[in-house]
Amino acid sequence: MGEDRIKLRMVKDRAFIGGVVVLSFLSMVPLLLILFYILRNGISSLSWEFLIELPRPVGEKGGGVANAIVGSLLLVIIASLPAIPLGVSAGVYLSEHRDGRLSSLVRLAVEVLHGTPSIVLGIIAYLWLVTTMGRFSALSGGIALSIMMLPVIVRATEETLKLIPDSLKEAALALGVPYHRTILKVVLPAGLSGIMTGIMISVARIAGETAPLLFTAFGNPFMNWNIIKPVNALPLLIYNYATSPYPEWHAIAWGASCVLVGLVLSLNIVARIIASRWKVQF
Amino acid sequence: MANVFSNKARALPQAPSPLTQTAFQRILLISALVVVILVLAILLSLIISSFPSLKAFGLNFFFSTTWDPVSSRFGAVVFLAGTLLTSFLALLICLPFSLAISIFIGEYFRERILSSLLKQVTELLAGIPSVIYGFWGLFVLVPIVRNLEMKLGVLPYGVGILSASVVLSVMIVPYAASIGREVIALVPSDLKEAGYSLGATRQEVVTKIILPYARSGILAGILLALGRALGETMAVTMVIGNSNIIPRGIFSPGNTMASVIANEFTEATGALYLSSLIEIGLLLFIVEVIINLIGRYVIKRVTVEV
Repeated sequence: MGEDRIKLRMVKDRAFIGGVVVLSFLSMVPLLLILFYILRNGISSLSWEFLIELPRPVGEKGGGVANAIVGSLLLVIIASLPAIPLGVSAGVYLSEHRDGRLSSLVRLAVEVLHGTPSIVLGIIAYLWLVTTMGRFSALSGGIALSIMMLPVIVRATEETLKLIPDSLKEAALALGVPYHRTILKVVLPAGLSGIMTGIMISVARIAGETAPLLFTAFGNPFMNWNIIKPVNALPLLIYNYATSPYPEWHAIAWGASCVLVGLVLSLNIVARIIASRWKVQF
Repeated sequence: MANVFSNKARALPQAPSPLTQTAFQRILLISALVVVILVLAILLSLIISSFPSLKAFGLNFFFSTTWDPVSSRFGAVVFLAGTLLTSFLALLICLPFSLAISIFIGEYFRERILSSLLKQVTELLAGIPSVIYGFWGLFVLVPIVRNLEMKLGVLPYGVGILSASVVLSVMIVPYAASIGREVIALVPSDLKEAGYSLGATRQEVVTKIILPYARSGILAGILLALGRALGETMAVTMVIGNSNIIPRGIFSPGNTMASVIANEFTEATGALYLSSLIEIGLLLFIVEVIINLIGRYVIKRVTVEV
């Protein structure tokens, strides 16, 4: 009787660890499946022409996504220009003023921005820029993405700079180095890898974002470098082509997915390598 | 002689002008303020732009199931139902997986290669753009669901609540597991050892000691995942079917708050239509903020406890 109970408990123990292992590995399956489908369906569309040509009308074979690649690049640049300096300097403020009412307010704001659904940021950019300018533009899309990047950069900067010992800063100040030079030449370089990682992760986050672009950057079948005109972007193109009824466009969407996933995953991986190779530690 | 002294003084490094110092500190302060102002401006813009709809429908907006652009009568119940149903179904599906990952990484295979592999994979999973999940869901998952529906004898839409929930659950697993695994790894070993010394099996230690101890961390992860699921737009829009009806079951097509905005915003003709969509956006924003704040509170409590 007692032995049976012990046996039962041991069986339960085995079953439990089995369940944990099986479920854990099952949750890796989607990633493998997604990568598998993207590679299988996308690799055949990939070619040099695919990267440098414009899309062709329905029915014609071939064509590329050059306009979307240029558009995505443009959007990332527009988003980064305000977000990186603003984010880093707000992060420095937070690490310099650890307690204080404004700091906790700023942290709360960062938290709120981080959790804001991306589609809401699309509405905001639409209200602020598209209605005032009277048209869809790369600028409005870039600003929406910029607001998305901001909290990631602020957090990364603050978390990194927290790790840098005060003695480093105090040493510089004791040598008579002025405060702003201490921050710019001593503290920030010491935390550079952490901040770079944050920036790369935030770029990876926005490069794949579609929702805020739907009614800001809007999409454009032609090449466009002008920031006050609509542009296409890789995720936007994937959305439009994937939901279209044409098989040729589906093929282009798979190819574009290949490019986008490759880009985003390599950004993530490089960011991780930077973070572990040049770890901020003292 | 006086000349020599003044030359010498010039050769010394310039003392920083106090002006640059205060300017620098002011720049830091201003950028911190900008972040706060940005949030307030977002909230204010949303409220102002939803005003026509708030005035026209009042509280009725949250109780009306009509969404009729032709007669300009709008209510959000359909989308509230769609959002809640997909999000909670997605949580339900993802829970066993995320718990298993947390236990796998935090307890059974702590600091082993397998664990770090699993961790990397789940983190990469979090990095894949949502439009890719939607695309994959549309071309791989939807046909599978359609087959299932044909076997079960329901209308074979393929797209619908179930497809959306499954795609969402895949997307939120990394978020749900992220905090749980850290907290499980931090459970004090004397507690576990006390369990073993009483003759408990490992499974009993996990379910009766570790999980109860780590419950607030697990809860924080679930809140994070819920927040992600509620606001997710693209993947859901692509596989939910976009019908403005209250879903009658898990196979029914529907629409969520985020997906209706994505679908109808550019087509919205008329100020009231647009304003109603923005009010849904406002609602989504407020719900997200509340969930995030609760999550933040829970995480704070967890870190204090540990």
